[in-house]
Amino acid sequence: MGCPKKQKIESDLAKAKGLGSAHHGAEHWMAQRVTAIANIPLVIWFVYSVMAMKGASHAEFTAYMAEPYNAFAAILLIISVFYHAVLGAQVVVEDYISCKCFKMMKLIGMKLFFTALAVACIFSILKIAL
Amino acid sequence: MAEFTLPKNSKIKKGKKVNAADGAKRTKTFKVYRYDPDLKNEKGEPENPRLDEYTIDLDKCGPMVLDALIHIKNDVDSTLTFRRSCREGICGSCAMNIDGRNTLACTKAIGEVSGAVKITPLPHMPVVKDLVPDLNHVYAQYAAIEPWMKTDSAPPTKERLQSADDANLLNGEDGHGPAGCILCFCCSTSCPSYWWNAERFMGPAILLQAYRWIVDSRDEATGERLDQLEDPFRLYRCHTIMNCTNACPKGLNPAKAIAEIKKLMVARK
Repeated sequence: MGCPKKQKIESDLAKAKGLGSAHHGAEHWMAQRVTAIANIPLVIWFVYSVMAMKGASHAEFTAYMAEPYNAFAAILLIISVFYHAVLGAQVVVEDYISCKCFKMMKLIGMKLFFTALAVACIFSILKIAL
Repeated sequence: MAEFTLPKNSKIKKGKKVNAADGAKRTKTFKVYRYDPDLKNEKGEPENPRLDEYTIDLDKCGPMVLDALIHIKNDVDSTLTFRRSCREGICGSCAMNIDGRNTLACTKAIGEVSGAVKITPLPHMPVVKDLVPDLNHVYAQYAAIEPWMKTDSAPPTKERLQSADDANLLNGEDGHGPAGCILCFCCSTSCPSYWWNAERFMGPAILLQAYRWIVDSRDEATGERLDQLEDPFRLYRCHTIMNCTNACPKGLNPAKAIAEIKKLMVARK
């Protein structure tokens, strides 16, 4: 993939200044760190749950997931993990994809995909729990 | 996409071997990157860069890598091109990649390198000739952060006062503060994030300089400076890889300066 290269004559300073500052990024950076910290207890709960559910039947699992505390933790986990994943994946795309149109498509597609996955997960948990 | 291999016309070929150490007691081989845009192949395109090997008599030159390069240029091969000036680590001209690390040739002792000494230009920069990289873009990025004192209040009748603590923010309590930067760009050119996104990421050297003005107690444009840096690319391409701090031949800590800028961004929310 590559954007068509057009010849452009501009000064070094014009090139360095580019389109100017976007005046954002601090929230993204902070959210990435906050979700990373939130993920620690939530993932510990998740690993504990997976181990506790070893060999469980479908009925046992749904009963476990239907307990309010577990459903609550599972929904928090989904929100935190998927939000963290979107933020992280966005950084990777921005780092490595320089073609502007492909980057835009990739970022939008990725966000829609992660949002859809998170909604599907939360819907499934609610279906079991409610 | 990020490029993980060198473009075809940048692949390094084998060069010539020169032995200038006949009868020498102490010898050392230097493998030096050579590129001359005026050398054209049969298609009229510039020849690929090559790695020339010079074996020299260490008793004919001083102890530093720069001494060896100057000896090669003076006595062995006058076509070798490199930048140098102060030969004491304060001008930053002779920044290059020696033995796999970005550093200053004038403060790097030949004795620190075991085996042959491989010398290439600062990584991921366009090469003008041999060891001379094109620094126009980093200089323009430096100009873009407006590295001068900006004030709105009326100029004082005497000098602008600073407390000892204020001055420490610039000079560092250990003398390794941001004011010690000599703009050699060893840090920026060792940063993978800068390799991939140099067009928009300011890079550690420029961010260290930006921080130097942000923490200057006499400057009155701190907010404006932070505004100009708050950008997913200009500042937040730094992923704390820390190659910058590792590379700095002056022992400064650009990674910490960048972290401090990020903290200030949050502090003003």
